[in-house]
Amino acid sequence: MKQTNSPKVLQGTVGEGLEQRGITRREFLKFCTALTAMLALPPSMASVMAEAIAKARRQSVIWLSFQECTGCTESITRSHSPTLETLIFDLISLDYHHTLQAASAEAAELARTQAMQENAGKYLLVVDGSIPMGDPGYSTIAGISNYDMLIETAKGAAAIVAVGTCATYGGLPKADPNPTGAVAVSDIIKDKPIINVPGCPPIPVVMTGVLAHFLTFGSIPELDDLGRPKSFYGETIHDRCYRRPFYDQGKFAQTFDDEAARMGWCLFKLGCKGPVTYNACATTKWNDGTSFPIQSGHGCIGCSEPNFWDAGPLYKALSMPVSATASMLGAAAVAGAAAGVAITWHNRSTKASAKAAHEKVTPQELLREDK
Amino acid sequence: MNHLDLLTFARGDALNWALILFAAGVVLRLFEIFGLGRKADLAKPRTNSPGSGWRTVFTRSLPPQGLLNREPVTYVGGYVFHLGLFATILFFAPHIEFFDDLFGISWPNLPSALVDASAVAAIVALCVLLAHRITNPVKRMLSGFGDYLAWALTLLPLLTGYLSFHHLLFEYTLMLSLHLFSVELLLVLLPFTKLFHTFSVFISRWYNGDIFGRKGTAS
Repeated sequence: MKQTNSPKVLQGTVGEGLEQRGITRREFLKFCTALTAMLALPPSMASVMAEAIAKARRQSVIWLSFQECTGCTESITRSHSPTLETLIFDLISLDYHHTLQAASAEAAELARTQAMQENAGKYLLVVDGSIPMGDPGYSTIAGISNYDMLIETAKGAAAIVAVGTCATYGGLPKADPNPTGAVAVSDIIKDKPIINVPGCPPIPVVMTGVLAHFLTFGSIPELDDLGRPKSFYGETIHDRCYRRPFYDQGKFAQTFDDEAARMGWCLFKLGCKGPVTYNACATTKWNDGTSFPIQSGHGCIGCSEPNFWDAGPLYKALSMPVSATASMLGAAAVAGAAAGVAITWHNRSTKASAKAAHEKVTPQELLREDK
Repeated sequence: MNHLDLLTFARGDALNWALILFAAGVVLRLFEIFGLGRKADLAKPRTNSPGSGWRTVFTRSLPPQGLLNREPVTYVGGYVFHLGLFATILFFAPHIEFFDDLFGISWPNLPSALVDASAVAAIVALCVLLAHRITNPVKRMLSGFGDYLAWALTLLPLLTGYLSFHHLLFEYTLMLSLHLFSVELLLVLLPFTKLFHTFSVFISRWYNGDIFGRKGTAS
């Protein structure tokens, strides 16, 4: 397990911190059991995880926010309070986060460089927001371009967690025509393990799950080919959706909030992108397990998928064309007709010239040939 | 390019071009066929049989007496395949959404399980018909590359559609893209292969019925 030793930045273990905050071991074990289940680990790992996290020193975390809307930070910090998730989150050592930290200006930047030096090779780097490559001036922090700051901070990181669809895949800033030349973290950093936690915003428990995995095993969880933890992004929203049986039966809501939608019928026709979206919304849900978009009557917009913003209109069913129209077909038919007329003219003239060139043969000529 | 990008391309530019080539190709072929014309038949008709062409359009849908017993695989297989294909294309809810978006018309869908069964029936029928085509000496002799191409072009959308519906073989987004690509390949090649019978079948039936009527074998 990767442990940090700097007394300046990291004080006490997570277990001690939990004790101080009055979290009982029973509650903590319950939390770890839920986490192991979500991470698709065997149940026996719950106590191992609890032990490891409790003993772990507070993990130094540097959080960089680039071209983003702060929705990811809102998602993780503004969940109902207090939950064990947020407490666990409190109990890491969040050394730099320019939205949350009290320090400003030079003191803020000093906190980052200090944490980088004191925990070199050990700190976790969390990034939300995309990086503009068009012009460094599009987004800077303390006069440092996002690109330079990412390169500098990534050097000493043990691993990088790209949080939100902007950091993982470019997100909204990258949407066509991508005015800032936005790219994802993985487009720039190639020599560090990167965990992608996409979503707009991502689910808070996914974030804590990834951190718990790192604290327990000192390694990153198993990832899919898009760099996402398989335990959270292994199945589509559609596969785990409570409206799924209605899809299978071919029962669909026709408009938002109609009788069918209220009865739980499938929102496919209203443009739900659940069938092509890999995320845990349908199982973990949002706001302390209260609900998720589909449950509230709106289709999934596919926010955790790369380039979801350019993947066709949000309210068109997946089986609908992105841009084809009947008038386009009409124009093609007219062009076909024109080509047809040209071919007909060609065929007819070939026929006419063959007819003109045809020489009549008399029976006498045939008889002569026979002889 | 990730799978969602591939799907967006399949639903977007690829589909647009396939539809353009399909529409232009179909109209072009119809012009070509009608434009070629037929020589005026100056002979006096042997029988006066008005409507023989139109009747043939319908009567050819039924097997002539005795042929069903002699060629059960061809007839039963043909019916099962075509009906299964029509049910799958026209009554699967996502397909109706496609037509609704393009032409602004929609109709009630069948339960997905029923459409699924139709697709399976069509796939099985296609396989049986291929086996029969290969094992039957007459059919084998009559078959050329175009026949096998038409078979493959028809099977692919059915097969990829079935696999994507059941989340088999590949990841769903990729499989759905492959399904769309297979449909697009079918659309592009349909006007220029034997699959053009989709549009020409009733025209040629009418012509055959009419000409045979004039020659004394009215239907």
